[in-house]
Amino acid sequence: MSRKYFWLTTILLVLALTLVACGGTAPTTEAPAEEEAATVEEAPAEGEATEEEAAPAADGANQLEFFSWWTAGGEADGLNAMYEVFKKEYPDIEIVNATVSGGAGSNAKAVLATRMQSGDPPDSFQVHAGHELIDTWVVADKMEPVTFLFEENGWLDVYPQGVIDILSYNGEIWSVPVNIHRSNVMWYNPAVFEANGLTAPTTFEEFFAAADTLKAAGVTPLALGDNGIWASTHLMETVLLGALGADGYRGLWTGETDWNSPEVTNALDTFAKMLDYVNEDHAALSWDQAAQMVVDGDAAMTIMGDWADGYFFSLGLTPGEDYGFAPTPNTDGTFMMLSDTFSLPKGAPHRDNAIKWLTLAGSREGQDAFNPVKGSISPRSDSDRSLYNAYLQSAMDAFASNEITPSLAHGAAASEGWVTAFNDIMTLFVTNRDVAATQAAMAQACVDAGICGQ
Amino acid sequence: MDSQTRHERWIAFLMLLPSIILLAIFVYGFIAWTGLVSVSKWDGIAPDYNFVGLKNYQQLFLKAIGGVSALRFHIGLWNTFFFTIFFLFICLLIGLSLAILLDQKVKGEGIFRTIYLFPMAISFVVTGVVWQWIFAPGTESRPRGVNALFSTLGLENLKWGWYTDPTSIGPFHIALIPVIIAAAWQMIGYTMAMYLAGLRAIPDDLREAGNVDGATNFGVYRHIILPLLKPITFSALIVLGHISLKIFDLIYTMTGKGPAFATDVPGIFMFETTFQGNHYAQGAAISMIMLIMVAFVIIPYLIFSFRQEVEL
Repeated sequence: MSRKYFWLTTILLVLALTLVACGGTAPTTEAPAEEEAATVEEAPAEGEATEEEAAPAADGANQLEFFSWWTAGGEADGLNAMYEVFKKEYPDIEIVNATVSGGAGSNAKAVLATRMQSGDPPDSFQVHAGHELIDTWVVADKMEPVTFLFEENGWLDVYPQGVIDILSYNGEIWSVPVNIHRSNVMWYNPAVFEANGLTAPTTFEEFFAAADTLKAAGVTPLALGDNGIWASTHLMETVLLGALGADGYRGLWTGETDWNSPEVTNALDTFAKMLDYVNEDHAALSWDQAAQMVVDGDAAMTIMGDWADGYFFSLGLTPGEDYGFAPTPNTDGTFMMLSDTFSLPKGAPHRDNAIKWLTLAGSREGQDAFNPVKGSISPRSDSDRSLYNAYLQSAMDAFASNEITPSLAHGAAASEGWVTAFNDIMTLFVTNRDVAATQAAMAQACVDAGICGQ
Repeated sequence: MDSQTRHERWIAFLMLLPSIILLAIFVYGFIAWTGLVSVSKWDGIAPDYNFVGLKNYQQLFLKAIGGVSALRFHIGLWNTFFFTIFFLFICLLIGLSLAILLDQKVKGEGIFRTIYLFPMAISFVVTGVVWQWIFAPGTESRPRGVNALFSTLGLENLKWGWYTDPTSIGPFHIALIPVIIAAAWQMIGYTMAMYLAGLRAIPDDLREAGNVDGATNFGVYRHIILPLLKPITFSALIVLGHISLKIFDLIYTMTGKGPAFATDVPGIFMFETTFQGNHYAQGAAISMIMLIMVAFVIIPYLIFSFRQEVEL
């Protein structure tokens, strides 16, 4: 009798374990695939999207899952402000805020890639405008175009053509931009400049002249914080823009500008020379620690995107008084942009809700809730100026009148593979300052990216 | 063989079956799959299983083909080599010394043991962040961390760039030194605990017998205790060795790849290649090489312990 029980328990245990094993894997592999197949078929027929009875979701829950890497500071506050507007309009939709923090999204992107590949996309996710969106997601056939949203909501009239171009591929628009950041901004400490009788430099010659004066006065001329190497890539892109001009710079990413040209050599020489004027511990600092050096007066200038304005703002500083800003040397009249956009992945489990979300994200109301808090400007030409601070207003003016170029370091100009290769090249260049080898490697990276011919 | 034992074997087999299946799929299956990806053309988010032979491996090993990525991989391998050597050496040496000292029946042994063991309870991520602050060099006029301490003590000569210093002596990057210190700090306590357990397992009779035979204290350690601790050293080498060959989290949070890849290791290269550059096939190739490196350490251990079991 006891043996019988023993057998029975054994078999039950084995069965239970097998069930657990299968139960763990089966739903994740099979179910989403079905879901995807079902929604993909529906997707191309755009008109159907508005039909309310098109079942809320495969899992029956009335949710909106939005995936981003905005977890702290002004970014998270801005996102929450937009959530509030959404909740007011659609109180019965539950928002699932899926965030993965860290490193300009590098950790989040790894999680997102895994989810997308296993057929488990969120309803919408944050992605940088430009090649990060196109080369990574659109080319891989993971996205649904959102051109219809632009047409239905009349957005084609209020979004500048330069932005729409960056979001377009094969005649379709692929995501909704919610903000614009400027990358080519030089932030400086007005008190330090005044004490040394300087004004903000506009050319490289003026920059180096000012840097010599500052160095002689015992102030670090240029603060850099590149413990994430993208900060050096960021500085490099502004130097390339300054040395090559807007057209020459844009051509680098389309194969029209020769990477082996003397202009690029000149840019690399300029960058190498700039490194003589940066703080020696730059490899240990982050960009905000570099910005703090400027605030403290230990350094006079730093070159960083205008999220630095959000940082200064959070310290309670006043633009124009406590900190100054100017375009980076030689780039006046050009607006190097990057943009966060919200996307519509294929097979989004709550597609209708995703469309409501994107409609709000692209609207004036949604953007004016988000951007002043995030510390960025809206790409819309009709946003309410009075909500934005002095710096952001000047950025709006520049955005409306300047030439627009895409940022390399932040995914707009080149594919993620190319940016990663470029970052590795910069990791070496910042240390060895070998211009010839760096230029050859950059030219090779363009070939490897499939843009430049052999 | 009577039916009783046959039944028991069946039961044992059935009980083991689920875990065998799980292991087969989730360990060996995925290793095989990674191997497959490493010889494929997969570059980008969408899988592409077209066979390209050893191209991804050539890009890692041949500088003429791989350019900067081959250079980076070579530096990473050298860094792993030096990191492993120094990390193991320091952990074993200091771990053993601490264990011997604690074994002298000191007062408050429990407190010391806990203090030395505590770092092990912390995640490598926390260790990385804290030691990043400690070794942040600061500038000449405003030193930070350890450099600030040296300044206060008047030891200006000892100040240096720590993990921001790209200098290398041959293939050894001196920026690795702070990383080795942080890693050793975390794992010394663990090594000490292993040795302490080993020391306690040695019967007092043996020491006394040695002393009676006229051996000095040093002689007892040299000729009796250390030989008996050999299996402990071996186990510690395996445990620490596979940690150091696969190290990622500590370096990723502490220094990243460092200036000119001074603190880069294959794990970080793999992560960036795969999840930032979307070069999946290339990332799989790096993973396979890391697996082979760890196998070089683990397989001798398995053979060793298997033999011991047979002897028993």
